[in-house]
Amino acid sequence: MTENAIIELRKVGKWYNSYHALRDVSLKIGKGEKVVVCGPSGSGKSTMIRCINRLEAHQTGHIIVDGTELTDDVKSVETIRRKVGMVFQNFNLFPHLTVLQNLTLAPIWVRGMAKSEIEEIAMMYLRRVRIPDQAQKFPGQLSGGQQQRVAIARALCMKPEIMLFDEPTSALDPEMVKEVLDVMTELAGEGMTMVCVTHEMGFARQVADSVVFMAEGSIIESGTPAEFFENPKSERTRQFLGQILEH
Amino acid sequence: MSKDTRTDSTTTSAGATPAGAIPTGPVQPVTWAASYEEEPSQASVPPQPGGMTALKPFGWAKDNLFNTPLNTALTVACLAVLWYAVPPMANWLLLNAVWTGGSEICREAAGACWSIIAVKHRLIFFGTYPYDEQWRPFLACGLFVALLGASGVRAFWRPWLAGVWALVLVAMGVLMWGGVFGLTYVANDKWGGLPITLMLSVFSIAIAFPLSILLALGRQSSLPAIRTFCVGFIETMRGVPLVSVLFMASVMFPLFLPEGVTVDKLLRALAGMTLFTAAYLAEAVRGGLQAIPKGQYEAADALGLSYWQKTRLIVLPQALRIVIPPIVNQFISAFKDTSLVTIVGLYDLLTAATVATTDPEWRPFFAEVYIFAGLMFWIFCFSMSRYSQWLERLANRYNRR
Repeated sequence: MTENAIIELRKVGKWYNSYHALRDVSLKIGKGEKVVVCGPSGSGKSTMIRCINRLEAHQTGHIIVDGTELTDDVKSVETIRRKVGMVFQNFNLFPHLTVLQNLTLAPIWVRGMAKSEIEEIAMMYLRRVRIPDQAQKFPGQLSGGQQQRVAIARALCMKPEIMLFDEPTSALDPEMVKEVLDVMTELAGEGMTMVCVTHEMGFARQVADSVVFMAEGSIIESGTPAEFFENPKSERTRQFLGQILEH
Repeated sequence: MSKDTRTDSTTTSAGATPAGAIPTGPVQPVTWAASYEEEPSQASVPPQPGGMTALKPFGWAKDNLFNTPLNTALTVACLAVLWYAVPPMANWLLLNAVWTGGSEICREAAGACWSIIAVKHRLIFFGTYPYDEQWRPFLACGLFVALLGASGVRAFWRPWLAGVWALVLVAMGVLMWGGVFGLTYVANDKWGGLPITLMLSVFSIAIAFPLSILLALGRQSSLPAIRTFCVGFIETMRGVPLVSVLFMASVMFPLFLPEGVTVDKLLRALAGMTLFTAAYLAEAVRGGLQAIPKGQYEAADALGLSYWQKTRLIVLPQALRIVIPPIVNQFISAFKDTSLVTIVGLYDLLTAATVATTDPEWRPFFAEVYIFAGLMFWIFCFSMSRYSQWLERLANRYNRR
């Protein structure tokens, strides 16, 4: 992969008590690269991307994001979280705030932006995810697909350099998956660095620069979508693809 | 002739139809919408013409009180209890009651002696505060209650409200203590009755509430020292009766103070009540904190909010809304618990009422005094309860769809 990696994982290891969740995971992601991470449940794919913004702490190895190494030091965590936006499976919007307040809260408090300035920016992002008319509603009043698009807009308002997606469409009704994937595809087209845990193989084929396959806490193989889907190297990958593409 | 009749009848029936016929679907919503001046969605609910009114009240009773044999039996039993209980109660409380007049008239009467309240109300409300100066605690309480009420109104939730509070507290201090502006000085061991009850409860709740939030957060802290301290404090306070906390505060605590240092008795009781209430409130608040999904913390973390920003902007606003009912429960409980300060020699409303019953002339009529004191407590507690219901509705607006 690219020489100038914006995200670099070097032999990262993590345990939950005695459970070995990540085993020597090494990965380099270049600026502007789109990486899709897939694998069976329990393979450590979510754990891995949650380590990138320190929602989970790794125990061995190194994680370097845009030149800053993630350590126990609060400063390094703060620096990295400002550069990394995240979208969750369950949206995790703040239910007591309106859509617009959800978007403006962090820029106001973390970046110290003026309310009027960020509200304008927030409305711009809401237009881009195609729900400007919902700005004054509460998240509970929106559909799942709309909520996830608000969540994407919320992360974008922090002007991140990297976006992490943790199964963004897994909690959605089938008819809403497309509207979220469309927004993500558009974002990819603008050159955002994206790491996306997903089972949407169509999205992976269309958008990803590389696909990473994980199982039992290790990266089994990675490659371009063409290589990965047409000519998987390991038996484990073939088995996985066989199961997921059958359906 | 026949032709004429036919024409006539046709005309009549044609003219009568709109007015006399039973209105059909499309007509009725229009009339409803017009008469209620509501948004059109109201009209889409078809009203049942006359049905509801015709059913009431017999239909309602039949559906709800006599619908099964068991319900019928229960209804009859309840009516019997009411039949035996209400008339004597009404007789004693109202019909045979004495409203004015001396104790001799009361002794003759078969009903309650409310004239004791007329005679003793100033002692009940203001205790041993100098009689001629009792307009001062009256005014102080009036200001206090008015501002408490105003503080509950949403339109007044502005920064200047804090300024008004500061002013009113100073004014209350001046009124109660005096010693300035030509007011005679009244030491606070002469205070009693309603001002003591109100001040103890409101101040202890007002200080205990923020303290309880810190305790609840501390109990969930990842720092062992803070967590241990909070758990220790909460469990100790919850493990002892309020009476012993008050006793400790008023009898034991001064023994630990260096020679010559004294802390006011009222202040000590206030501190005891505050710490006790805070421990209980902390557990209610913790319940709310635990109800917040992990995803909320993660989303706040991922956006880069600091611990205190996350707590203040995301966690507490949601957690406190959930626990409004148990929190108000504790407020009400704390309000009534102020009556326990009698054991350290403070004259709260209930103690003052008890003192009022010790007058030999009026001794037989203690029940009336206690009913009156109970009514005073009830007014405040019920107001809190109603207010919390309104607050809950306001706070949960975001849940509506």
